[in-house]
Amino acid sequence: MTEGVAAPRPTTRLERFWHSTVGKKVVMAATGLIMVAFVIGHVAGNLLVFAGPERINAYSAFLHGTGELLWLVRLVLLAAVVLHIISAYQLTRIDMRARPIAYTTRDPQVSTLAARTIRWGGVLLLVFIVFHLLHMTTGTVHPDFVPGDVYSNVVVAFRVWPVTLFYVLAMAALGLHLYHGTWSAFRTLGLVRPSAEPLQRRGAAAVAILVAGAFAAVPLAVALGLLR
Amino acid sequence: MTPLDSRVPAGPLAEKWDRHKFEMQLVNPANKRKHPIIVVGTGLAGASAAATLSELGYRVQCFCFHDSPRRAHSIAAQGGINAAKNYQNDGDSVFRLFYDTIKGGDFRAREANVYRLAQVSGNIIDQCAAQGVPFAREYGGLLANRSFGGAQVSRTFYARGQTGQQLLLGAYQALERQIGRGAVEMHPHTEMLDLVVVDGRARGIVVRDLVTGRIESYAAHAVVLATGGYGNVFFLSTNARNCNVTATWRAYKRGAAFGNPCFTQIHPTCIPVSGDYQSKLTLMSESLRNDGRVWVPARIGDARPPRDIPEDERDYFLERKYPSFGNLAPRDIASRAAKQACDEGRGVGPTRLGVYLDFADAIARVGAQAIRDRYGNLFDMYERITDENPYAVPMRIYPAVHYTMGGLWVDYNLMSTIPGLHVIGEANFSDHGANRLGASALMQGLADGYFVLPATIGDYLASTPFAPVDTSHPAFRAVEADVAERTTRLLGVRGNRTVDSFHRQLGKIMWEKCGMARTEAGLTEALADIPALREEFWRTVTVPGSGQELNQALEKAGRVADFLEFAELVCLDALHRTESCGGHFREESQTADGEALRDDAHFAYVAAWEYAGEGTAPVLNKEPLEFETVHLSQRSYK
Amino acid sequence: MDVTLRVWRQRGPSDPGGIVEYPATGVSPDASFLEMLDLVNEGLMARGEPPIAFAHDCREGICGACSLMIDGIAHGPMAGAATCQVHMRSFSDGATITIEPWRAAAFPVLKDLIVDRSALDRIIAAGGFVTAATGGAQDANAVLVPKEAADRAMDAAACIGCGACVAACPNASASLFTAAKVSHLGLMPQGQPERSRRVIRMVAQMDAEGFGDCTLFGECQDACPKEISIDVIARMHRDHMRAVWFGGEERAETGPG
Ligand SMILES: Cc1cc2nc3c(=O)[nH]c(=O)nc-3n(C[C@H](O)[C@H](O)[C@H](O)COP(=O)(O)OP(=O)(O)OC[C@H]3O[C@@H](n4cnc5c(N)ncnc54)[C@H](O)[C@@H]3O)c2cc1C
Ligand code: FES
Repeated sequence: MTEGVAAPRPTTRLERFWHSTVGKKVVMAATGLIMVAFVIGHVAGNLLVFAGPERINAYSAFLHGTGELLWLVRLVLLAAVVLHIISAYQLTRIDMRARPIAYTTRDPQVSTLAARTIRWGGVLLLVFIVFHLLHMTTGTVHPDFVPGDVYSNVVVAFRVWPVTLFYVLAMAALGLHLYHGTWSAFRTLGLVRPSAEPLQRRGAAAVAILVAGAFAAVPLAVALGLLR
Repeated sequence: MTPLDSRVPAGPLAEKWDRHKFEMQLVNPANKRKHPIIVVGTGLAGASAAATLSELGYRVQCFCFHDSPRRAHSIAAQGGINAAKNYQNDGDSVFRLFYDTIKGGDFRAREANVYRLAQVSGNIIDQCAAQGVPFAREYGGLLANRSFGGAQVSRTFYARGQTGQQLLLGAYQALERQIGRGAVEMHPHTEMLDLVVVDGRARGIVVRDLVTGRIESYAAHAVVLATGGYGNVFFLSTNARNCNVTATWRAYKRGAAFGNPCFTQIHPTCIPVSGDYQSKLTLMSESLRNDGRVWVPARIGDARPPRDIPEDERDYFLERKYPSFGNLAPRDIASRAAKQACDEGRGVGPTRLGVYLDFADAIARVGAQAIRDRYGNLFDMYERITDENPYAVPMRIYPAVHYTMGGLWVDYNLMSTIPGLHVIGEANFSDHGANRLGASALMQGLADGYFVLPATIGDYLASTPFAPVDTSHPAFRAVEADVAERTTRLLGVRGNRTVDSFHRQLGKIMWEKCGMARTEAGLTEALADIPALREEFWRTVTVPGSGQELNQALEKAGRVADFLEFAELVCLDALHRTESCGGHFREESQTADGEALRDDAHFAYVAAWEYAGEGTAPVLNKEPLEFETVHLSQRSYK
Repeated sequence: MDVTLRVWRQRGPSDPGGIVEYPATGVSPDASFLEMLDLVNEGLMARGEPPIAFAHDCREGICGACSLMIDGIAHGPMAGAATCQVHMRSFSDGATITIEPWRAAAFPVLKDLIVDRSALDRIIAAGGFVTAATGGAQDANAVLVPKEAADRAMDAAACIGCGACVAACPNASASLFTAAKVSHLGLMPQGQPERSRRVIRMVAQMDAEGFGDCTLFGECQDACPKEISIDVIARMHRDHMRAVWFGGEERAETGPG
């Protein structure tokens, strides 16, 4: 019965990497961290909105002025998102097959809400990102989009309360995603030292709260009339 | 049967093994593939043998009843493994280990075997270290040692409190490597139910696949039994629940002589029985006696809580009786002393069958933290089981059945009286005589499996002409029919008493009449009680379910049925040996101050019992023990 | 004390199985959980009914045989303990207790609460060893092992192969099991020559057996009776990356050994 250990097929390094769950997970982690870096940069820029229309619009103009660099960043981000989603999808399929019969009674002990909702949260974020790009980048679904006038685009957009609500909800999902994702990415990449309490994730909590909070601050500030 | 030939090589003790290795015939490397070998058991002995034989090039088929080879009972050994490395420069040597083992065994073991054991002990540690076994280390990176089980040198190697586990995993991993290469065919969840002997040689086994229930046969040139000990004949013991005597008992009934079945070891430091529901006893490592002090109230019936009993009203009986060894007196002696204290009415705890093992002095001396560092996991285990905190109140301990020195008789080549049937590890009558020293069973199992058997089995294979025999041979059909018939009978009784209730009752008889102290009267009673119980078993036992499925009740029933036969042999052996020696204490044979009194004039031999057929008394064969090197003396640990 | 059991009964691998209720009365709080099951089984057998099949052997938390999901927790409510170390005093009188087998595609149910865990053996066979055929070893003290490394290796080597990590993992991942062995051998000097080959083969086998991936829920560490830390998983990932990108190429094995 214990016979027939499958010897790994002689393949290229890349294939061997990608065909293992560890490899896919590493891809998820690495692409995840790219996106974490991006959202941190993104949210830092967003906060300029509180410094007034000139500052934020100038920042936007600066970004658009970088030309190829901007496209390079966009390309990297796109690749990261696509790889993140493909590996997530494939791993989810593997995981679902790994437990075809569920327990009738299940009492999770230490897994966090963030970890347990990471997949659906990810789907929600994907929907959000698409909406957000159509909303704030291309302006397709924006009621009164003015290219280059970020400040007004923001203020106008968040006067519609369902939009604000959607954004805030999405940011909650982002917070949860970051809370589990940032922490687990470092572990997945093996970038941790042995620890007496490996489950502690204070760093990830800080990133999650700061990023999600700062993102949500903008729509909330508009909704509350602090930005007009 | 031909007279027992121990085949001990000639020559000086220290040269026997080397000379023997040279004189034995070798199997040509190219021919090894042509010799299939069956190994039953994957404990330290079986796993190490199967892996090593396969490395040598033999075709190995390996069996265990566990679902994985890694779960063999060896996994539970806590304390450590001895080796005469003298790394501590404290005067150890091969000769000292040899001498300690012979003396510890109360001069009832074969000198040549024990000397060889001590000789290869160092190689075992080398081999295990090479496999990556995480032995305890000093800060400088050298191996750490501790003194253990009454030895006066530090020769015990250990891996936290999980030495057996780590050694077994080393052997298991070596075995899995061979399985992965396709060199060993592994059959887990498969129980050997009988041995097949063709033309006087062991040529195969009949097994039951425990998942499908299928009865199957396997043929080979040699069969190796590494099936462990039979301590569970006492029902309650420190052995894993599924340990049993079936493999060796079936081999006995096919002609293999059983050596010294009455030599059983009772371990002094186990958690006392707490109720009728109890299914097994838990050993607290012997190492606890390095720091714990054993005592009972001096006054009979003193029921005060232990901390309220003043120092001068306590009896530290081991320190009192054995001033030079104190709390580290050998197992048999410490166990008997505890029993005596309880018999006198000074036992402690709810059942009054317990003595204190007190760490208060050690805690006062070195601090609770140091004690926690040394024994933390043992203390936790104790608390988990008893719900008492041993840092605050003394532990309660009581002796329990732990190890069986007896087993199938083997010669110097580890071959039984059936040619081709080799027996290793706890399953053979072994090198421990009438009492085993702590940390020596792991040593023996691995010595047999890694170094001795792989050398000696070649001699048998090279010097034997093998007629082609496969499982279509009529002998296999006949044994398969026997096995099937037995299964059908067990399932067919359809009575109303459970298997466990019989096992429990058998255990009670054995513990009371063939336990720590044995008498002619008690043993005679047991010899009447056991057949009566066996008869009742076959009349009223209930075994639900069928034979064609995973059926734990059926597995257990077969094992208990064998225990019910085997127990009689244990008592018979105990009755015939009217001396006391090691773990075998006959009340009729003691010194004035209650110590075991050996009778070398009449009993310096191995009792090898030979099956003579159903309903006929077994035949006693004697292998005289000759002591050329050590001088027989009455053991004294005073 | 009296409790009500809700037990998964399944006659064989192809039987659909289901939950059956049994009362367990007059149980001593000092009895172990498995002794309570023994008691229930004695009752069943005395009535000629097949007992509840469950795996067990050492009953002291070391062999890794026992494997029950108790009220949705692998090995039940006690931390750092296997099923056999759980005592009835951990439950309240009158409780209803649900008992299920480990659930994973790689652990098919054989009967009632017994599952086939041979997948774990195959992961070891794929590379969880040091190639050191008997006989060639040098003196054990010739290779120094820093105490720190030996201690950490021992932490990982404490794994009893029970499969609770798989059972507790929402993904049914065997990462903790595999990583514990990768770490044990990877921390020892003796394990260095095969370090790359080992991790690649073991991970490949783990995947081939149909276990899930590691999302770092942390449930495995909590369920582990030996409290093995998920740190070992980080280590395995590190080793795996290094082996895949920088390790030597796998060659066909030559000669016996
Ligand atoms: C709690 C405890 C602690 C101990 N501590 C120490 C210690 O510190 N130091 C020390 O030296 N010794 C110790 N011992 C003793 C030592 O562990 C054993 O004597 C030794 O491990 C026995 O090894 P073995 O290979 O002979 O058999 P086992 O490990 O018992 O293996 C028996 C094997 O045979 C298989 N088997 C049995 N019957 C059949 C059958 N019919 N068909 C198929 N397969 C079968 C089983 O599946 C198993 O694989 C301890 C013992 C106990 C109980
Ligand atoms: S029965 Fe051995 S670990 Fe529980």
